[in-house]
Amino acid sequence: MDVSEKIVSDFVANDVSFITTVPCKQLGDVIEAVEAHPAIYHIPANKEDEGMGLCAGAFMGGKRPAIIMQNTAIGVTINTLVTLTQFYRMPLPMLISYRGELGEPVACQVEMAVHTKALLAQLNIPTYHFHKEEDVEEFDKILKYTFTCNKPVAILTDASFWKGY
Amino acid sequence: MIRSELLRELAPVIADHLVVCNIGLPSQEMHMIDDRETNFYMLGTMGLASSIGLGLALAQDKKVVVIDGDGSVLTNLGTLPTIANNVTDNYVLLIVDNGSYGSTGDQPTYAGMKTSLTEVARACGCENVVECSGADTPAAVEAALAGDKMTIIVSKVESGNVKVPVITRDPVNIRDRFMDAVKA
Repeated sequence: MDVSEKIVSDFVANDVSFITTVPCKQLGDVIEAVEAHPAIYHIPANKEDEGMGLCAGAFMGGKRPAIIMQNTAIGVTINTLVTLTQFYRMPLPMLISYRGELGEPVACQVEMAVHTKALLAQLNIPTYHFHKEEDVEEFDKILKYTFTCNKPVAILTDASFWKGY
Repeated sequence: MIRSELLRELAPVIADHLVVCNIGLPSQEMHMIDDRETNFYMLGTMGLASSIGLGLALAQDKKVVVIDGDGSVLTNLGTLPTIANNVTDNYVLLIVDNGSYGSTGDQPTYAGMKTSLTEVARACGCENVVECSGADTPAAVEAALAGDKMTIIVSKVESGNVKVPVITRDPVNIRDRFMDAVKA
């Protein structure tokens, strides 16, 4: 099973059935796998804060949501994370492509990468970093942890984890 | 007619449905006029009422009415294509369009100038878009709820506010109470 299939199978095993995405090249395969899975309602969002609003509504409607996005979106979503997801204490697994790490061909991506972990730490968001392929083995536990603690939780996935893009 | 007058007339029409109330005065006014466990009050996060409501409508079968504003829809304009392309017939988006940012002191919005949110919604692919006066809005919402068709209603009202207390209820309590009502 490749990492994208493993991630989607863990989502489904943890009853995550509503997933919003904003694409990134690194996330192409996992987004395709989400779209293809019949147990998941995939709703592409135009901006990540909009996606977090959709997830908040789906959670209150009884579904377990998740968002898949790029780390640049941290800059877009701080207000939403703080005043919606955290203020109302809602769970939200955030599968994030960690652009701007080793192997990055686009210089501008590094500018956000250097702030990514500091911003997540400032927001007190539990953060995991997948660098090697076997790191995906923790994904199932991270999902269980997220829905236990009712917090947004970040899973940063870098280019080494995705074997380039 | 201003928003608070419209909400007073609308309250009995939406009382039995799930209602997502936009940040600021729409939430505060609904809280004052007819606080119900079926109301979800936004205390922050401008722009996301329509998105929260859409996620809620897609996740369960009860009817959802979102009380949004023109300024908030302009803030999150990407919501309209998402709504248009994810049709769920238990969803009614009411955009109270007073051409101003009411909660911040009635500064004018572009929706009160050249931009028609009705036309924007149609151009985004929304199929049932109704524009009406404030006076006709309760009947339009009632018809949308009875019609079982996802509907966007743009209600043209005048700018203006009444004095209303802020909501002091804890957000986790608002959310928990609302989720119990969703499940009931």
